[in-house]
Amino acid sequence: MIYFDDVSKEYPTSGVVLEGITLGIEPKEFVSIVGPSGAGKTTILKLLLTEERPTTGQVLFESIDVNSLRNEEVNRYRRRIGMVFQDFRLIPDKTAYENIAFAMEAAGRGDEEIAADVPHVLDLVDLGNKMWNFPHELSGGEKQRVAIARAIINQPDIIIADEPTGNLDPVNTNDVIQILKKVNDLGTTVILTTHNKGVVDILKRRVITLDQGRIVRDDRKGTYTV
Amino acid sequence: MFITKVKRILRAGFISFWRNSFVSLASILIMTVTLSVIGLLVFGSAVLNTSLSVLRDKVDINVYFVTGAGEKDILSLRGAIEALPEVKNVEYVSRDESLAIFRTRHEGDQLTLQALDELGGNPLGAVLNIKAKETSQYESIAKFLEGKNALSNGGSQIIDKVNYYQNKTAIDKLSAIISSSRSLGLGIILFFSLISIVITFNTIRLVIYNSREEISVMRLVGASTRYIRGPFVVSGVMYGIVAGFLTLIIFYPLLLWLGPKLSDFFSGFSLLSYYGHHFIEIFLIIMGTGVILGAVSSYLAVRRYLKV
Repeated sequence: MIYFDDVSKEYPTSGVVLEGITLGIEPKEFVSIVGPSGAGKTTILKLLLTEERPTTGQVLFESIDVNSLRNEEVNRYRRRIGMVFQDFRLIPDKTAYENIAFAMEAAGRGDEEIAADVPHVLDLVDLGNKMWNFPHELSGGEKQRVAIARAIINQPDIIIADEPTGNLDPVNTNDVIQILKKVNDLGTTVILTTHNKGVVDILKRRVITLDQGRIVRDDRKGTYTV
Repeated sequence: MFITKVKRILRAGFISFWRNSFVSLASILIMTVTLSVIGLLVFGSAVLNTSLSVLRDKVDINVYFVTGAGEKDILSLRGAIEALPEVKNVEYVSRDESLAIFRTRHEGDQLTLQALDELGGNPLGAVLNIKAKETSQYESIAKFLEGKNALSNGGSQIIDKVNYYQNKTAIDKLSAIISSSRSLGLGIILFFSLISIVITFNTIRLVIYNSREEISVMRLVGASTRYIRGPFVVSGVMYGIVAGFLTLIIFYPLLLWLGPKLSDFFSGFSLLSYYGHHFIEIFLIIMGTGVILGAVSSYLAVRRYLKV
């Protein structure tokens, strides 16, 4: 489904960030990418999202080079990926309902569908009573759950979670990981970057370890060893 | 689906305008200043044009006829002059009227009136007062009159004097002033309008700078360019509309207070009355400028942050 073909990324100011990355991710996999700060974890996700272009190599999604996509094709591609970030990235002047509805509107869904699905998905992440709250009125854990709800609302092929538990306490961390596991069990590919040892060890899924821009380990049922 | 998208964009723009009221207010205030400058320049232009017309109207050529010139010949000459394309109008002052005007003008000057009485009869000839459409056209009218002076009443010339050449310097200077004032006036209007527009554009750019992360999130979620940009343009248009209304409302008491003070200075021109008579045009200029400025500023400002 996803294939990084000898990908390298170099920035003019900070030098080589990724070097010779070759990896494949199958549908329905749950992959954790671990490594110290600056290892290149977020860069891999940015390359997949076409936020950045590789210096060399190709990033393929269903055998198509994602960097050859144009404008509207890029938008359509991004709608097949749900994103969850460490800093939540909710739109501050929209309520929880509106943040999720926006993702559906962007995908061209109708008003009746939105009115039916959004409350349902908010219930799924246990935020049914916080529909009309703004992000600044929610706790960190609640914000992340809204973000996950937004990520899954369009039934994407992949969920990308970049340090989703980085700003959360252990209880909320566990809640978020359980939700991601549930989502994966329902058939969505999940790619998670983290440097939380506890999270990785609990999951007992595939672990790709990065160090200084290179893949140093790729375990099918790995633990956090950096 | 298209109508749904448009409805959503309009709704999102309106909600954003409302929810970010503090930021909206700042943008509206700046835009009101800009539109007020443009409005004042519209009025300034009207005042200038009126003043220049009044000045222009004071200039004319006077053709003094000999006392023996027959009225028939004078009126025939008048017809010929009126037929010239550069002539606006020609006023005929008969010998009797010239005398009456002279007596009125020198009412307090007994010595002059006594001298006039001693002369006996009417020493004054008839006069034609000629007004041209443009001050630059008096020269050609004067040349025409020179040519026409060859016309005679039984062999003698009927024109005694044409006062153009005595006033030529003043007329030429006035023509130059009028021409320069027009160019300068236009230049000033454009200059201040441009500065105001740039200030408004930068203000809206700052407002949208605040939303740059929001825009990047929308991009990552897969929203199209139009769907991201639309609500910002709608908000920009709303700033323009509200600022336009505020400007038009502010002008009324301002002109009520300023009008009478300027009326004497600008030869009786009433700003308030001009505002009333030309309200539709002024409304369209102010509102149109506000809407276009708001929309274009937002459109260009968002473009910068859409490149994700």
